[in-house]
Amino acid sequence: MAARRSRSPQLIVGAALVALLVLAGLLSLVWTPYDPAALDVTNKMAPPWTDGHLLGTDQLGRDVVAQLMAGALNSLLVAVLSTAGAVVLGVALGLTAAGGGRFWSDTLTRATDVAIALPGILVALVLATFFGPSNTTAIVAIVVWFVPGAARIVIGPARQVLAREFVEAAMAYGRSRSFVLFRHVLPNLGPLIIVMASMMFAGAILTEAALSYLGLGAQRPTPSWGRLLFESQSVIGQAPSLVVFPGVCIMLAVLGFNLLGDGLRSRLDPRHAREVVV
Amino acid sequence: MALVEINALSFSYGRAPVLKDLSFSIEQDSTLGIVGESGSGKSTLIRVLCGLMPVQSGIARYDGRDISEWLDREPRGFRRRNQIVFQSPASSLDPRMRVGQSLAEPTKSLERRTPSDEELGQWLTVVGLGPEALQRYPHQLSGGQLQRVAIARALTVNPTMLYADEPTSALDVSIQAQVLNLLIEIRRRLGLTMVIVSHDLAVVGRVCEQVIVMRNGEIVESGPTASVLRYPEHEYTKSLVNAARAVSLGASHDAADAII
Repeated sequence: MAARRSRSPQLIVGAALVALLVLAGLLSLVWTPYDPAALDVTNKMAPPWTDGHLLGTDQLGRDVVAQLMAGALNSLLVAVLSTAGAVVLGVALGLTAAGGGRFWSDTLTRATDVAIALPGILVALVLATFFGPSNTTAIVAIVVWFVPGAARIVIGPARQVLAREFVEAAMAYGRSRSFVLFRHVLPNLGPLIIVMASMMFAGAILTEAALSYLGLGAQRPTPSWGRLLFESQSVIGQAPSLVVFPGVCIMLAVLGFNLLGDGLRSRLDPRHAREVVV
Repeated sequence: MALVEINALSFSYGRAPVLKDLSFSIEQDSTLGIVGESGSGKSTLIRVLCGLMPVQSGIARYDGRDISEWLDREPRGFRRRNQIVFQSPASSLDPRMRVGQSLAEPTKSLERRTPSDEELGQWLTVVGLGPEALQRYPHQLSGGQLQRVAIARALTVNPTMLYADEPTSALDVSIQAQVLNLLIEIRRRLGLTMVIVSHDLAVVGRVCEQVIVMRNGEIVESGPTASVLRYPEHEYTKSLVNAARAVSLGASHDAADAII
């Protein structure tokens, strides 16, 4: 059983794509084929395989591979921080809503419903106008956008765990509500949170690309995939590859995390693993 | 001497009354059975008595002291004396904790110390399991074994009073008898006062000296188990006894007599 599940193609492909992304991003810290910010005006919009530029150069002669690698790092950075923020805040909010008194529970649940109904991209635009475009703005926007969803995902299963008798037993031997939430409920939601984080990661990469495409994310000289897409759209006729490559990168990264999430979900599914309760 | 005294105790969920004006007492070193159908309020009653739910109105005393006041002032002292075992063995232990961790919890919480493995192993021996179970996860144990662990967990803080909410109804018939025998044995060995809630007259008939029959939040009949089950006075008790007899008669007359 375990052997069959571990061979799940989703999990393998997902993990491979994610590994590739992480590797490329980390490698860019110590090595890129060219300096991603170095201009080479004699070699503008060179097609792939020109003068050692594996994927060519952009309209200012910057190496595309180097920019994509640095962009991967930027995407990862934003995705890691925003997912971590959204998961921590969302789970804390969800646990509070599930475990708090009637008033808190109802208020937080309704507030979450309202927050989910807000259009995230507008919230991001407002934030960017307020704080100015930067990676920080993108991260804050993504966190604000994702927190209600994370809370919503956690509330139901947390209530299910709270209804179980070991929780009542813990109360009978004097454990506090908050102890029960962190020591009993949280560990039992572990698999759910792992899967949720992986899916959110994909969402965060996509959102970061969208925000930086709109000019709300990282600013030059920090390369980001969304920004590359935006900058090259004006020359799409002359150098279509400049649009295609960042696009493919975004797609593969999102696909990788979604597949990983799906693979983890079927692996950690309660119907397959007895130790999981949610 | 009465260990628990209840006077005019009432409880309601919102506007729905669950317990109506109950008065009775539980003698020290006795076993009390509370029987009744689902929704009769018997589970709520023991949750109030062991401090899991508040005393909303009326008086509940434990060892002469008001339960609410005791819970306010010295909750650990009260909880150490009053422990409870639940119905479903599958859900009464945290699936993410090893048996040893679950067993250590009450001592950590109520006595502020971490019990040794030897100590916990001894409690497992008391309930008929070996110390090797300490390293197991709940999904590696059977229903009967889990219920034994749950009983051991309640015993680790040396309670005076043990409440059991339908301790056998989620178990296989063959295991039920073993768990009941265990409860009878530990009561004798440890000198516990025990309250067992059950919808099953056979369980109460076997373990309890006194019985309370509840219906719709009221006590319809109470007294020594033998006489209440043999000569029921209230119509509801009669119907419960007859129903139990009818089920047992399916097996044999002797079995029915043995139970009641």
